Amino acid sequence: MSNLSNFIIIGERTNVAGSAKFKRLIADGNFTEALSVARQQVENGANIIDINMDDALIDGEEAMTTFLKLIASEPDIARVPIMIDSSKWSILEAGLKCVQGKAIVNSISLKEGEEEFIRQARRVRRFGAAVVVMGFDELGQAATVEHKFSIAERAYKILTETVGMEPGDIIFDPNVFPVATGIEEHNDYAIAFIEATRLIRQKLKGTHISGGISNVSFSFRGNNPMREAMHAVFLYHVTKAGLTMGIVNAGQLTIYADIPADLRERVEDVILNRRSDATDRLLEVASSFKSETIEKVDKQEWREGTVEERLSHALVKGITDYIEEDAEEARHNYSQTLEVIEGPLMDGMNVVGELFGSGQMFLPQVVKSARVMKQAVAYLLPFLEAEKKGGAKSNGKIVMATVKGDVHDIGKNIVGVILQCNNYEIVDLGVMVPWQDILKAARKEKADMIGLSGLITPSLEEMVTVATEMEREKFDLPLLIGGATTSRVHTALKITPCYSGGTVHVLDASRAVNVVRALMGTESGSFLDKIKMDHDDVRKRHLKGDRGKTLIPIEDARKNRQRINWKGYSPPEPGFIGIKTLLNFDLKKLAERIDWTPFFRTWELKGNYPSILKSPEYGDAAQSLFDDAQAMIEIIIKEKWIEANGVIGFWPANSQGDDIIIFGDDSRDPDNLLASFHMIRQQMRKREGRPNHCLSDYIAPFDTGLEDYIGAFVVTAAGEKFKPTIERFEQDGDDYNAILLKSLADRFAEAFAEKMHERVRQKYWGYAADEQLSSEDIIKEKYQGIRPAPGYPACPDHSEKTILFSLLEATKRVDVHLTENYAMTPVSTVSGFYFSHPRSQYFGIGRIAPDQVEDYARRKDVSLSQAEAWLRPNLV
Amino acid sequence: MRTPFKHLAPLYETAKSRILLLDGAMGTALQNYRLEEAEYRGDMFQDHNSDLKGNQDILNLTRPDVIQAIHEAYLEAGADIIETNTFNATRISQADYGTEESAYEINRAGAMLAREAADKLSKSTGQQRFVAGALGPMNKTLSVSPDIDDPAYRAVSFDEVKDAYKEAVAGLLEGGVDYFLIETIFDTLNAKAAIVAIGELGEELGRELPLALSMTVTDLSGRTLSGQTVEAFWNSVRHARPISVGLNCAFGAQDLRPFVRELSRYADTLICAYPNAGLPDELGEYTETPDVTASELGEWAKSGFLNIVGGCCGTTPDHIRAIANAINGLSPRTVPEAESALRLSGLEALTVSS
Repeated sequence: MSNLSNFIIIGERTNVAGSAKFKRLIADGNFTEALSVARQQVENGANIIDINMDDALIDGEEAMTTFLKLIASEPDIARVPIMIDSSKWSILEAGLKCVQGKAIVNSISLKEGEEEFIRQARRVRRFGAAVVVMGFDELGQAATVEHKFSIAERAYKILTETVGMEPGDIIFDPNVFPVATGIEEHNDYAIAFIEATRLIRQKLKGTHISGGISNVSFSFRGNNPMREAMHAVFLYHVTKAGLTMGIVNAGQLTIYADIPADLRERVEDVILNRRSDATDRLLEVASSFKSETIEKVDKQEWREGTVEERLSHALVKGITDYIEEDAEEARHNYSQTLEVIEGPLMDGMNVVGELFGSGQMFLPQVVKSARVMKQAVAYLLPFLEAEKKGGAKSNGKIVMATVKGDVHDIGKNIVGVILQCNNYEIVDLGVMVPWQDILKAARKEKADMIGLSGLITPSLEEMVTVATEMEREKFDLPLLIGGATTSRVHTALKITPCYSGGTVHVLDASRAVNVVRALMGTESGSFLDKIKMDHDDVRKRHLKGDRGKTLIPIEDARKNRQRINWKGYSPPEPGFIGIKTLLNFDLKKLAERIDWTPFFRTWELKGNYPSILKSPEYGDAAQSLFDDAQAMIEIIIKEKWIEANGVIGFWPANSQGDDIIIFGDDSRDPDNLLASFHMIRQQMRKREGRPNHCLSDYIAPFDTGLEDYIGAFVVTAAGEKFKPTIERFEQDGDDYNAILLKSLADRFAEAFAEKMHERVRQKYWGYAADEQLSSEDIIKEKYQGIRPAPGYPACPDHSEKTILFSLLEATKRVDVHLTENYAMTPVSTVSGFYFSHPRSQYFGIGRIAPDQVEDYARRKDVSLSQAEAWLRPNLV
Repeated sequence: MRTPFKHLAPLYETAKSRILLLDGAMGTALQNYRLEEAEYRGDMFQDHNSDLKGNQDILNLTRPDVIQAIHEAYLEAGADIIETNTFNATRISQADYGTEESAYEINRAGAMLAREAADKLSKSTGQQRFVAGALGPMNKTLSVSPDIDDPAYRAVSFDEVKDAYKEAVAGLLEGGVDYFLIETIFDTLNAKAAIVAIGELGEELGRELPLALSMTVTDLSGRTLSGQTVEAFWNSVRHARPISVGLNCAFGAQDLRPFVRELSRYADTLICAYPNAGLPDELGEYTETPDVTASELGEWAKSGFLNIVGGCCGTTPDHIRAIANAINGLSPRTVPEAESALRLSGLEALTVSS
């Protein structure tokens, strides 16, 4: 076909009358797979897709409606116009109510007279569709050129004059009938279509012609190469005559010029009815072409494998599309359902485990694989129960929890998923779990080990408590420790000494499997001994080290504070004093500000964005994760899964020693303080010229008489729909999306903190109204002023958040709460102080000495042991 | 160009010689009145069981004085056409406030207020003013599932949407609008339901009812929320033979320009565009000043994109006055002839010339 560049291909595979496969899918209600048929048509070049649900066993209106609505959510399919195809008007009208684009109605005809024809055409016009008019009238289907044309002419007049349709919206289908049937009067069918096409295009200006091309070769069904040759020749001639579009199998168009000359001549004889023995001559060669099927390579080649191969492929690639179908098939191949799980599914997961272990698969991919596994098991569960067999035997059982007072669980959930992939049973107790519940669950579940997780520093103390209580209750299970602030050193120094059953620090999810495997293996004793020796080593070195020597007395540290020349300095005044709430901040703006590098780190893909996307090692995994993240962000914004709410405040403030005192108004009456923030000072011995930093140094001391200010903020990315959406994913066994959503919420909160800080600098405090910074500058903190957070290196005591929250009325205004250990819920929340001084900078407090802790306890008016508990990480 | 509507003949006539001026935002003007819950309720809804503050359309019944004053302010600023205060007045959108049973009345009252104001100014200034009955996009959409797990689910059916529009259209018609303006279209299927509603009512009344269409795009890619490109949208609705088509809302004039320009090239009817006063800041406030808006729109007029122009979110009578000055004396766009073609669309357009 040389001149097909303007030919409009109408995909025919989404037609229950023409495709047995599509019919089965619709009859079974398998719309997901049915959609992939539509997608393939578009991928293969269909400009329009024809959808037909006419079958006695199918509720056509229902199927048409459902399928069209599903297509509306698939942009790669919905891209093209729809041809709504039915012989029943009710189905056509149901279809018209589901498409926003301009569709084609296929078809109406004069079969039942003009009145019905006009009524239907008016409805089509009302809905704004184009229409196919079949070559059919009260006398029947038109086979001759004259009959075909006379019907078209009559319909044209009615449509343009009575109904008011534009000629451009009228498409005639002058009936393609099969040739080479052996019946003589059929020999003219193809040429009659071609001639009618020519005549209609010539006489009925502005109209178009369409036809069901594959009908022409119907007598050669079963012989695809022959049929394709006939379609190619027929199309070649009929497009020259003026055919605009045709219903064809979009994947199987042969080029006219590619047909061998001898065959082409014989086909042409048949199509154009050039000689009386044309059919016989074509039949002579037909059989020799039968074997050479010119099938396009199936993109779904993996579907051809055995069910075991398919399951394995689905698990490794993380494809859920067919998992129930394949699980069902596998179930029939085995005498017991359990064998499906322990056999092919477990084998598939072992492959995943090996690929992950050898660095050929990465965390996001494994979490997707886990989703496939969970869905397969969920599908098989009822059968398993019916067989009254227990579940598959696992490699071991682990009770996991985020400790009391902490709400962070992304890391824990990832470790849980990875271990599940390796056939360990996970009993996840969730977040904020008191030690009593952890121990109780471990006993009840006969766990093989316990895993603790936490992110904020007070959680380290909670872990010590759990270890101590395990010891007291004479547990002997290995205890696993993980989470961002945990470390091998902390575990060695603080936890291992409290518990004799063995404590292992697990650095990240990818190490978790090896640790757990070692602990479940026969060599577990020697593994634990080795860890214990390592921990003893860490402790010894730590004690022997020059601990304490490098610290200076707090009084000396204060003398070596950052010297700021306050004379002549006039602190910038904020735009307002008091609190301001900002609800429903524009998520689109925040999405632009997301710092992706930490996101990839959460998923254990280490590297900087955007170069990580091109990483030879992680590139594919990172790109695919990034694509999923972008797609989810769109939904988050559209469906409001996340709301960004924040509160900020500014108050008159001065420093007084290491405290920052906050006044209710500008009278700055020291007897009438609103609150005080208590800051910690670095105590390490510094080189000459390097100060011992403390945040209070950045605020003008009270005795300077300067009117200085401090700001504070709480921003959160949660909202009403957030938790239910996470729960829904979790219930569906979709850990991948659950973790993805959580990790994105964290990024939104961080982006919000960054954006808010910018607004504060440029507008609300306004001391840097003209700053011009690139995102890179911002990540590199090249702006004036800082926003340190309580619980982080510059002000390590989380308990200061209570003061910050009450000043900002954060609980009332943005519904953020503090746990007993000062973790913020919802978890995707960021809080902190604002300092404006040009010399303010981020720093870490590091280790501090007991003299400062005593002083701190006095300043905060709490017991020494309480202050020690809060500052424990800095006392190590 | 067809001019089948006798009462609109003066509008078509004026459109030949100059660019017509549409009004600006109702919401922005209302903010200055700082109306509280009690004023939204009025006597009529004193005992209504849910809050009404924010239900801008109910004010047609409870504070007609305010709405009329705003209409008059726009007419005094020079608007040839004012839009009724009925953006959310369908039964489906009013259900948010539990006032769905008043939908017809809100529309009728809204149309009467605008009619009265327009007639008053037509008389006092000798320049004929027109009333466009506003039909907003609704809070429920026919092409997008609100349930991510069930993409075939829709919160509302085509017939429900169509019936709700039909009720609103009947109210607007009785109140005396000159034509219907289906605006801020972000889902073409909702707009099609409105077109069918107007068509069906016209069929019952035995006369064709004039309508105009205005789409909006969600981002700089220039697609509607439901995914259609500008041309795909036009192919979807061209059969309605709107008296005007265009874009509104979305962004300020600067960002909306390429899409208005595109549509103005091929739409064989009047182009009507009314952008926002710039982009909102983080607090959703519009800060673009009248002279900035007007100078952008003046440039559009010079470029020949416009037949009707006005303002959307954030615009005020001052903006409209400034636009009036900016377009003064500039020629309207010449409506192009469309060649005969089969104009199809999915999310993208497929135009097959005949």
